[in-house]
Amino acid sequence: MLCQICNKRPANVHMTKIVNGEKTELHICEQCAREKENNPMNDAPFSFSNIISSLMDFSGSGAMPYTPKENIKCPQCGLDYAEFKKTGRFGCSNCYESFGNRLEPLLKRIHGNTQHTGKVPKRTGGIIKIKRDIEKLRYELKRAIDNEEYEKAAELRDKIKNLESQDMK
Amino acid sequence: MGNWIESKGPDSNIVLSSRIRLARNISGYHFPHVMNDEESKKIIKKLSTFMLKENRMPAGNFQLIEMADISHIERMSLVEKHVISPRLAENYKNSAVIVNDDSTVSIMINEEDHIRLQTINPGLQLWEAYKLADNIDDTIEERLDYAFDQRAGYLTVCPTNIGTGIRASVMIHLPALSMTKNLNEILNAITQVGLTIRGIYGEGSNTQGNLYQISNQITLGLSEEEIISNLAAVTGQIINMERIERAKLLQSGRARMEDSIWRALGILQNARVLSNNESLGLMSNVRLGIELGIIKDIDITTLNKLMINTQPATLIKLEGKDLDTESRDVKRAKYVRENLK
Repeated sequence: MLCQICNKRPANVHMTKIVNGEKTELHICEQCAREKENNPMNDAPFSFSNIISSLMDFSGSGAMPYTPKENIKCPQCGLDYAEFKKTGRFGCSNCYESFGNRLEPLLKRIHGNTQHTGKVPKRTGGIIKIKRDIEKLRYELKRAIDNEEYEKAAELRDKIKNLESQDMK
Repeated sequence: MGNWIESKGPDSNIVLSSRIRLARNISGYHFPHVMNDEESKKIIKKLSTFMLKENRMPAGNFQLIEMADISHIERMSLVEKHVISPRLAENYKNSAVIVNDDSTVSIMINEEDHIRLQTINPGLQLWEAYKLADNIDDTIEERLDYAFDQRAGYLTVCPTNIGTGIRASVMIHLPALSMTKNLNEILNAITQVGLTIRGIYGEGSNTQGNLYQISNQITLGLSEEEIISNLAAVTGQIINMERIERAKLLQSGRARMEDSIWRALGILQNARVLSNNESLGLMSNVRLGIELGIIKDIDITTLNKLMINTQPATLIKLEGKDLDTESRDVKRAKYVRENLK
């Protein structure tokens, strides 16, 4: 994560404030933290939402600030994109779909990545898991063929067939 | 395995505890901060019914504690014991926790997300803690549809938790590295691999008792295994660095080091007024003395208990009545004296 003040150095100072139940966080680098400390006038109340907003206004290319033309609203919970920018919090899981690829630069800035590669829920995510397993096996199959390990390749091919038939169900 | 406060684990002479937290939401419901009271109750009921009544939970007996049913002091005491988060206690009107007998597992309901599943083990046992959390996560998922997206992973209220929803952390005692000011260097190094280090009592620079929490920051794009491996590897390195610094300090000034350790114990055993700050600082010295084998007749778990039980809310809870700061400091000193004889 990059410093939320200078956007240049890695953030390694983390502050959390809880005021009247309102949690605000700031992730900044040491240098900016020191500057902030030395200048008490500079202690403008930071808020988590400001930070999220500033992250979202960043287009990813470093060029013009990103400004959406229209304000999208999540049909399920009614949260609109402008409101999300203010609070930095989604109203329901459907918001992710509603705001779609507008979120990508934000996720990229926070995590350096936009694609989940971890655990998949067993029951509801069954098909996703099978698809992922197939991809993995195909990669292994390619390697087996490259290495002329044909017995292994045959085994892998059968495994893939088996999974593909499950995927069709 | 046991509770981290009362039992020891691998590398217990530097690492106090290993914790895994998984953030999950149930599909089709608003997130907690926009839910009405009725919906909040529904979520609590939904989770507790199947988890408790069908007795399907691994890791012992569980009970449901609704935050509205217990006092402010009891809630704060659960925070001090790291069983629940400050946020769950704040949102007490609509939140609950399902916790097992020895508090090694707690499932917070309607925290920032619908579910915050937490497992804590003593010492450095991240994999064990994850295995248990993963197992319970699967058990919950057998019955409830999680909000999940193939691309974004587990969907959470805050975009900083999305993907795996995992926060893995270790609570670690680093007196020698704090003393020699080598922590900044570590800080810079670990942020490069998506980890972060912070103080556990009071955020930011005011670290008390030389206790730190190291945890992952990135939750999307890495698998749970990669996240835990990174943290375990870095923690291993920090443990080594701390050991080396401790050895150096002993070599260069054994008498001075022993002096500060025994003086700290002396003050704790005799003080009549102890602020929380002062006592955490002294306890760090005594902890170091035990960890180095200089103090032999006090167990590290005694110190864990002291540390937790002298926190403000837990102290008031033990006393059974409200205490102002001054009488709390007196009570703290008395409690420490009696338990460090």
